[in-house]
Amino acid sequence: METKYISQGGLAQWFESIVASGKRVYAPVNSRGQVDFKLVKKLSEVADDYIQTTQSIKASVYPKAEVLFTYEKEHGKVNLTDFDPDTIPETVLWKVHPCDAAGFKPLSAIFNWDSADKLHNAHLVKTSVISFSCAKADESCFCTSVNGSPGNTAGSDVQLTVLPDGGAIAEILTPKGEALVALLPSVFEADRGDKKEQCLVDLPARFSLEEVNAKLNKAFNSTVWKEQSERCIGCGACAFVCPTCACFDIQEDVHGSKGRRIRCWDACGFALFTLHTSGHNPREHQSQRWRQRILHKFSYMPDRLSVVGCTGCGRCSRACPVDMNILEHITSIAKQ
Amino acid sequence: MSSSTDFEPKIIAFVCNWCTYAGADLTGTSRLKYATNVKIVRFPCTGRIDFLLLLKSFAQGADGVIVSGCHPNDCHYTSGNFHARRRWIAFRTVLDLMGVDIRRIQYSWVSAAEGSKWADLVNNTVADIRALGPYTEYQKVADYLEKEGFDEEA
Amino acid sequence: MKKLRDRAVALLDEGTVSLVIGYEEGTKRPRPLFCRNSETARKLIFDSRCFHNLAVYVTKKELVGKERFAVTAPISTLRSILQLYVENQLSEDKLLVLTVDTSGELREFVTFDEISAYVAQFEMKRGEREQEILAKIEGMTREERWKFWMAEMSHCFKCYACRSACPLCYCTKCVVEINRPQWINPWPSPLSNMEWHVNRAMHMVGRCTACGACGDACPVGIPIDLITRKMMEDLAPEFGYIPGQPAKQGNALSSWKLDDREQFIR
Repeated sequence: METKYISQGGLAQWFESIVASGKRVYAPVNSRGQVDFKLVKKLSEVADDYIQTTQSIKASVYPKAEVLFTYEKEHGKVNLTDFDPDTIPETVLWKVHPCDAAGFKPLSAIFNWDSADKLHNAHLVKTSVISFSCAKADESCFCTSVNGSPGNTAGSDVQLTVLPDGGAIAEILTPKGEALVALLPSVFEADRGDKKEQCLVDLPARFSLEEVNAKLNKAFNSTVWKEQSERCIGCGACAFVCPTCACFDIQEDVHGSKGRRIRCWDACGFALFTLHTSGHNPREHQSQRWRQRILHKFSYMPDRLSVVGCTGCGRCSRACPVDMNILEHITSIAKQ
Repeated sequence: MSSSTDFEPKIIAFVCNWCTYAGADLTGTSRLKYATNVKIVRFPCTGRIDFLLLLKSFAQGADGVIVSGCHPNDCHYTSGNFHARRRWIAFRTVLDLMGVDIRRIQYSWVSAAEGSKWADLVNNTVADIRALGPYTEYQKVADYLEKEGFDEEA
Repeated sequence: MKKLRDRAVALLDEGTVSLVIGYEEGTKRPRPLFCRNSETARKLIFDSRCFHNLAVYVTKKELVGKERFAVTAPISTLRSILQLYVENQLSEDKLLVLTVDTSGELREFVTFDEISAYVAQFEMKRGEREQEILAKIEGMTREERWKFWMAEMSHCFKCYACRSACPLCYCTKCVVEINRPQWINPWPSPLSNMEWHVNRAMHMVGRCTACGACGDACPVGIPIDLITRKMMEDLAPEFGYIPGQPAKQGNALSSWKLDDREQFIR
């Protein structure tokens, strides 16, 4: 782990060198009134004045729709073509927030839980993360309540903390980070001793994870689930914008004797998510689905995978059509 | 030399059994020659034709679509074609709004006695689609996959 | 607003209704509130910021229960309630409607005719945002429209917030949940997303009252409410309904007239 200083001009040059190296660079871009990650070629395309992107970057390692394999029947034989990891290009994610970088851990925990997901891991190997620490936050952010912080380096390969002069403190955290720095080492100067903490937004924790976990362990039959979920309309917006939600569906796309099997995003909030072929649905009420969402993230995942399933990015609350404010709901559970 | 002379349009025709299909049969028995670009799909009634089928045809490679049934008041099931007519009016409106090329969908009433009308319809439609060219704009997105999981246009 | 709140509190205290669905202050703007006792009802608000179409909840049987309930309804919710009545989804003995008129007076409606008469005074107009975007689209060529919508569709990720927020999407088995045949691909892609929105627009013909809930619910900012709104505007003269008024002559696509006219059938 090394700390360096990089000037504003140096940042621009380094960015260009990454693009020039042939790697695909995704960064937040202002488009259609929202900020979201898109393929970029120039630093000027990158958005500036925003708190958080609408969608997370989980699509970089867990695409919205991915072909698992293709098949073709020919004279009674089946030709199967498996997923080829070499088709994944080298990808660099620029200006990711610490809450998003931290999201890789719970996401990968699910994809490596009982078997190693080959597609997800192939994406991970080819993906490097350059995060920017946070100088601003809004009322939906709560990273500090879930073991995170505006300067958290978990999941990042390089973290930049922008300084008043437009330059940045550069923390080079992993071999992937070193490889990126090696593209233009001359712009990385010796650490000037700038204090990172002074550039970070002050975000007090709103609840204690341990308290919440303890309350949740006793809350399965509580009435709080019905009360909190009444206005939930059962769409998948929260799950889809969440950096750690990994529920998926597997679909066959067959045309005649050719086909492909596709994995795509799904959401536990959908009414049919747990519908059995018998017709029985163990989570037929929205309150049960809401309970599942909270328990999964704040109880089952910490218990089984030793990682909390939420990074406090606040996207779910911002995206929710009816303001199911997760911070508000968790805080109220903690106070019960 | 224009590419349209090399291009043979692929047309799918969704027709009702009682009128247009019988009419097409008559074209054949009358030995009328007409373009061979059309593949006919037979339905009991135009009222049964789901609008999404027309879009799926384009996705599967069709350059043009014909939809044809009994004349109003002649429907074998009394009112199926009336429902279909309403549906097509609505469908055409939404397709045009979305920018789908509605010139590529040809609607018609062809009765069981109109063998020559069927031949003319097919010939005219094939000529029209040939002039429009292949529907590559649609077929480019018909693999039903995003590019690399990210929205690429900025 | 205070009169509405007081009336809601009274209705609950008297036991006239077992539930009042209304609005409360939310994180950034008002959000739906379910009051099952008068204490909760004291949080009710009602002003021009109240946007959500609460009619989406009135067809959810497990939410509203078997007893009489009330809804505080701005004009968009009223229009949807009327359409739901026309489609036999509501009954007058179960639903009480509260609203505040343009002069600030509390209005209370029990019957379909009362609501219908009240709504008839309000003209269905495009707002500023709708006019701006629709004018832009109306000025485009066909190829430009295709590019515009394909670009928008590439952002859709089939979360179905649009469907969930729409009060008229109350089918217990939606077309997307049918897999034999699979009309709508479950996975997002520009073309399958367009097919989904075309399908929803078709299912909304003559029913949509342009409340804008779908466009507002979309987390990625696609103006899908404009698709159904434009359909509503363009097809009204064709099918003889008045935008914003309930279609008493039957749903546009489940009925027909002998003199339906078109120019495009050979």
